[in-house]
Amino acid sequence: MTSTDILRTSAASQAAALAAGEISSAELTAAHLDRIDAVDGDLHAFLHVSRDEALTTARDVDTRRAAGEELHPLAGVPVAVKDVVVTEGIPTTAASKILEGWVPPYDATLVEKLRAAGLPILGKTNMDEFAMGSSTENSAFGLTRNPWDRERIPGGSGGGSAAAVGAFEAPLAIGTDTGGSIRQPASVTGTVGVKPTYGSVSRYGLIAMASSLDQAGPVTRTVADAALLHELIAGHDARDSTSLTDPVGAYAAAAGRKDVKGLRIGVIEQLEGEAFAPEVSARFTESLSLLEQAGAEIVRVSCPNFGYALGAYYLIMPSEASSNLAKFDGMRFGLRVVPEESPTAESVMKATRGQGFGDEVKRRILLGTYALSAGYYDAYYGSAQKVRTLVQRDFASAFEKVDVLASPTAPTVAFRLGEKVDDPLAMYANDIATIPANLAGVPGISLPSGLAEDGLPAGIQFLAPARGDERLYQVGGALEALLEDSWGGPLLDRAPDLAGGADR
Amino acid sequence: MTTTTTELVDYDDATDRYDPVLGIEVHVELGTATKMFDGAPNIFAAEPNTAITPVSLGLPGSLPVVNGTAVEYAIRIGLALNCSIAETCRFARKQYFYPDLTKNFQTSQYDEPIAFDGWVDVELEDGEIVRVEIERAHMEEDAGKNTHVGGATGRIQGATHSLVDYNRAGVPLVEIVTRPIEGTGKRAPEVAAAYVRTLRDIFRTLDVSEARMERGNVRADVNVSLRPTPESPLGTRTETKNVNSFRAIDRTVHFEISRQAGILDAGGTVIQETRHFHEDTGSTSSGRVKSDAEDYRYFPEPDLVPVAPSREWVEEIRNALPELPAARRRRLLGEWGFSDLEMRDVQNAGALDLIEQTVAAGASAQSARKWWMGELARVAREQEVELEELTVTPAQIAELQGLVDGKKINDKIARKVLGSVLEGEGDPAAIVEAEGLAVVSDDSVLTAAVDQAIADNPDVVAKIQGGKVQAIGALIGPIMKATRGQADAGRVREIIMEKLGVQG
Repeated sequence: MTSTDILRTSAASQAAALAAGEISSAELTAAHLDRIDAVDGDLHAFLHVSRDEALTTARDVDTRRAAGEELHPLAGVPVAVKDVVVTEGIPTTAASKILEGWVPPYDATLVEKLRAAGLPILGKTNMDEFAMGSSTENSAFGLTRNPWDRERIPGGSGGGSAAAVGAFEAPLAIGTDTGGSIRQPASVTGTVGVKPTYGSVSRYGLIAMASSLDQAGPVTRTVADAALLHELIAGHDARDSTSLTDPVGAYAAAAGRKDVKGLRIGVIEQLEGEAFAPEVSARFTESLSLLEQAGAEIVRVSCPNFGYALGAYYLIMPSEASSNLAKFDGMRFGLRVVPEESPTAESVMKATRGQGFGDEVKRRILLGTYALSAGYYDAYYGSAQKVRTLVQRDFASAFEKVDVLASPTAPTVAFRLGEKVDDPLAMYANDIATIPANLAGVPGISLPSGLAEDGLPAGIQFLAPARGDERLYQVGGALEALLEDSWGGPLLDRAPDLAGGADR
Repeated sequence: MTTTTTELVDYDDATDRYDPVLGIEVHVELGTATKMFDGAPNIFAAEPNTAITPVSLGLPGSLPVVNGTAVEYAIRIGLALNCSIAETCRFARKQYFYPDLTKNFQTSQYDEPIAFDGWVDVELEDGEIVRVEIERAHMEEDAGKNTHVGGATGRIQGATHSLVDYNRAGVPLVEIVTRPIEGTGKRAPEVAAAYVRTLRDIFRTLDVSEARMERGNVRADVNVSLRPTPESPLGTRTETKNVNSFRAIDRTVHFEISRQAGILDAGGTVIQETRHFHEDTGSTSSGRVKSDAEDYRYFPEPDLVPVAPSREWVEEIRNALPELPAARRRRLLGEWGFSDLEMRDVQNAGALDLIEQTVAAGASAQSARKWWMGELARVAREQEVELEELTVTPAQIAELQGLVDGKKINDKIARKVLGSVLEGEGDPAAIVEAEGLAVVSDDSVLTAAVDQAIADNPDVVAKIQGGKVQAIGALIGPIMKATRGQADAGRVREIIMEKLGVQG
């Protein structure tokens, strides 16, 4: 197998090739870096490529392997990290001007785990500024294109991670999901994304948007790869008070089970119908049929309060974000704008924030500040928290009847660049199916359901009860196998070849 | 800064015609090893910006974790102040922009304090007891420390630049808030100072803080308002911030009463504002007006889970509480048999601990009191130090008194020995031994001295034999001189009477 062929294989296959000595990590990593060089000028999935560091890690892993050291199964397999995750010695900007040039003095807990396991970090992926958006068009450093159609959005906020994986620039990537930022990009790029149970992966070192909603997770091309990466980054962290103390689940084993006999799958009434594009809905229905034929039981369930989830989310998320982003003031790190006329701390803060934040970030800071203001708190933040409780109850009663819930991940295939950039409400509506999971802290997976409108990929989402992440891998792994059988191979095989950008 | 020229009203006149009401907020820095929400050391006077971590610096991605010891200390304080301890309580973010606040919000508690509804009895100098009701005691973090450089006053006005030291950022604080303290009348200044002193003593007894006012370990915000009569509704209050000595607290209240009475007499209205106390003039000046009621946009801290101290733990802490100062005073008063006046003097001199330790080392209470309140108090005044700073230990005083009680030395020699102890020459018994200061009670030596004195003073002898027995003193003087003060005066007297054949 040549090093270019291996790029298209799963991370698990690459790991196996490394273990078998068929390729070295240095070769594998260099191949990915070359791929980035070849296609990323146009795609722009990466904000920063850490070539030297990645190769150093790769060579170190090769040396350790040669010395017979026992290594992590994913050791030597490169990974891309969303730029909202802090990496010691590698610039981290959250795609914002306000952090341009900032090099963190510490690693996020999940990055420590990646490093400890010997995964070369290829670089930092593009995203909507501070993870605020559904298209990656809100990046202060330029948009990312969808590998399937370079005039389309790659989803957001984690469009960079999804595009990098979908374009074979990286076999694995880290994303974060506050309202769908892992799952929706996966859906529109034909890749796999998992938002774990809230607290499964430490948030220490994630630049917070909304603390009670943020959760990091894997972005991959196969369900099994997501399971492997999830197992690596999960686990209790004493530095994150909201981190679960549960032992890490056997996700890879669940992904390999490929058995859904007797599994009860609930179709959420509130997440189907007109809001979803016809072909997206058709792929969803076909996927369920495959599962039913494989022995699963399909049940219809009602989650009556999901209709209010989007509204509640757009109060809670900006409220927390307005507070979390207060620290970006030009005083201690990042951008500092000093006005010419007799600067004071206050005027420096104002100028820095005025120039450093993009429009969407300012919009959410204003929304959140308003929602938390005296006299409005009860009506906005308070009411939203009540809706959040109702959404959690909807999940609780649904999971009394079924093992997992299902819906299309996003209402449409990838829309065109610029199409919704001036219509925030239309943009927000993209998250209608993904947001309830964040409000309730439950886990969700998105995997490709097939090609829909314009020959572009659509995704199907499964949701499980909190701490029930294994169920997602079980049903996801099973459906993936059924679909690939029907397609005759991975969906990504049908994506256009980007090499050299010649087929544009 | 607004300057208002108000006629101050004579204090007695003001309190004759107005009823003052106090409200006091006391912040105490806890003496934990690490900060409130991270592992940075909690130390005083380190090099600026060395006792910091990504968390106390509020770097992007960092997360707080509650310090369990700080929670225990807060519960100790709550229990000592007869408060109820919350079964569950949350932290909240208090949001405002200021460069000493790393996240531009302070993690505090808002509507769910750890302790609430308590009281503490405050003893005034004349023994009167005033009960102060405690509304709440809550946990929070301290801010960093700003230093304004280049101005004349060290204040921000006129400064060319400011430096921020974040070593103090995140130091654990407990804030204790009183209910309105009413009915103190003319004694309001004294009550305010005595209240804070009482808290200071409790903090020290509980061993939760060094509680050094001069280091800012304990800081008081003093609220004062006036109303025409105790039946009138509460007047508008002012809040004088960060008053940091007992005397300054007394003077602040005194001044504010005179100032506010002046405003009210002139038909004006007191402005609700924060004020600053000036040590040099004994006056307060306007800080910032609070009339536009600052909106801190409090909301529950989403990065922390609620603190839920189990009832078992609370009871464990309650049972382990040390004897509190008031109870201890009552106990010692009974044990020692001091008069109320003696006890107050001892307390005001800060000699309670020293006397207790001296008694514990074997001295009687009265002799211990006599030493510490007499000779040692004189030396301390002379050296301008506190009693506890003298270079003598309670054990040494007990040893010294033991030598007197055992008639090894007399009072005069004892004072001389004490002088040597204070000079660092060793323990009393060793000094007596080394310098040969023990009382001479060898009859042969004494008889010789008596014979000499009788021979030298025939007129005195005649007086004694003529019935004036008290004239014996005139013989003892020369004998003491001859024996360098070391003669056993009682035995000398007996020998004289024997020799002269008189009865005592």
